[in-house]
Amino acid sequence: MSAIEILGLEKTYKVGFWVKRPKRALHPLHLTVEDGEVFGFLGPNGAGKTTTLKLLMGLVFPTAGSARILGKVWTDPEVKALIGFLPEQPYFYDHLTAHELLNYYAQLSGVPAKDRSRRVESTLQRVGLKDVQGVQLRKFSKGMLQRVGIAQAILHDPKLVFFDEPMSGLDPMGRREVRDLMEQLKHEGKTVFFSTHILSDAEALCDRVAVINKGELRGIGAVADLTSSVQGKVEVIWHGSQVPASMKALGTDCHVTGDTVRTIIKENQIDAAIDALRREHLRLIAITPVRTSLEAYFVEKLQHAETTAGTTA
Amino acid sequence: MNARILHIASNTFREAVRDRVLYNLIAFALLLSGAAILVGQISIDIERLVVINLGLTAVSLFGIVIAIFIGIGLVSKEIEKRTLYTVLSRPVRRWEFIVGKFFGLSGTLVVNTFFMAIGVFAALFYVSHKFVRADVLVLVALYFIVLEFLIICSLALLFSSFSSPLLSAVFAFSLFVIGSFAEDLRGFAGMAHGFTRWLASGAAYLVPNFSAFNVISSIAHEQPVAAQLILHNTLYALFYAAMAVSGAVLIFENRNLK
Repeated sequence: MSAIEILGLEKTYKVGFWVKRPKRALHPLHLTVEDGEVFGFLGPNGAGKTTTLKLLMGLVFPTAGSARILGKVWTDPEVKALIGFLPEQPYFYDHLTAHELLNYYAQLSGVPAKDRSRRVESTLQRVGLKDVQGVQLRKFSKGMLQRVGIAQAILHDPKLVFFDEPMSGLDPMGRREVRDLMEQLKHEGKTVFFSTHILSDAEALCDRVAVINKGELRGIGAVADLTSSVQGKVEVIWHGSQVPASMKALGTDCHVTGDTVRTIIKENQIDAAIDALRREHLRLIAITPVRTSLEAYFVEKLQHAETTAGTTA
Repeated sequence: MNARILHIASNTFREAVRDRVLYNLIAFALLLSGAAILVGQISIDIERLVVINLGLTAVSLFGIVIAIFIGIGLVSKEIEKRTLYTVLSRPVRRWEFIVGKFFGLSGTLVVNTFFMAIGVFAALFYVSHKFVRADVLVLVALYFIVLEFLIICSLALLFSSFSSPLLSAVFAFSLFVIGSFAEDLRGFAGMAHGFTRWLASGAAYLVPNFSAFNVISSIAHEQPVAAQLILHNTLYALFYAAMAVSGAVLIFENRNLK
């Protein structure tokens, strides 16, 4: 069973004060997220990531299409008990303490009264807020509020967690902690769907990613495939400051940095390169496949979309 | 009552209390006691009448201001601050949220009124040095004031479900003022002709008839309140509030939370 099946969800808003013009926030979206996956939903600001999440949460209503979450129709109230949601830049009731807030959310999520207090405290411990559980939220920093947001999303032990820009507003340590937490969730068998425009986070965490821009899905795939050595090239690094003529003959540019030289050659030139270095008695340091970064994939998808749009226009 | 509604109501109540709204009660009680002492010194034989008029009018106005002040932000502030997102992404139906908010605010106002009533009775005791049988009538007036609050609360919630806090405040306060003159409006409708009559009658029956709830003056003169009026006002307030809350639910159920 897929954790999420999005079946052509689309959203068009009416904008304008007097004359209402349609503005499409999301083109028909088809997407499947498998059970137990960490799925990254990537896109620049205003791409339609938050709109998609709001549609799935039932906060906005789709113009067309539907979705299934954990095998149930996404509007089924029972689904909500099985999912957790962290909105972008969350804000909570100022005058409640972290403990009171989580207790309130536990009540709304249907956590049994006998388990509530234990669950609240263990969640606060998990996100590192146990020591400040009695402090009112208006005294919390942005990073602490983000942790509260994460705590409320995982409090009721959901099977599927949606995070909208979970690293937003966090310092490097905070980002690291959230990444660790997401890895823990994955190990616990949870499905995590998170939107971000920070590609390094997605590359480090996700099994699969989808790229969305201007409300349209531009690409989807497994991170391992997208970042594999699809270019058929390797990077060769050796010790020294000279470039042998036989290396130059391979037709590549060599870059000298201090006492190391670096070049990129085709995979079928590896033997020739090793022979050339051996002949010149130069010490080989490394030969590594050139991997396409997620960033390169992301940029390519966005540029492709721009080109297509330009051609169409 | 549905448990989720109860939780939302108690959270709304707690928010209102923590928002220091109820602190005004202490100020009110002190003010009223001070006013009673002053009135006791300057009025002869009509101290009770003045204290009842002054006290109950103050309870009513303070409560109306609090009802509007909190009510207008109940939904719009939650949307604006996005606190609603984490509530509605749980197994909470939209109608439960609205009804919970209504009960939470109503509860706040009932507690509010209870404390303010203590201030009124304290002032009465100060000027008369005793309680008399007619003081029971003050409780009827307070009950009517609470019914008024229920209506205002539901209206503030209705406006808050589709409008900004500022506009909601303007709408709710305007309806309170117009509603206070509903009897006059009905009288005008009776005298008008044609389209004006139709329009005035429509408006007169649509706005809440707050003038029927205002028994302060007659109670100050120790005139009894008919049981029929108590029943009528109770049913009217419950019906009106239910209609306004249903309207809020209807709007909110179809609203995109952008």
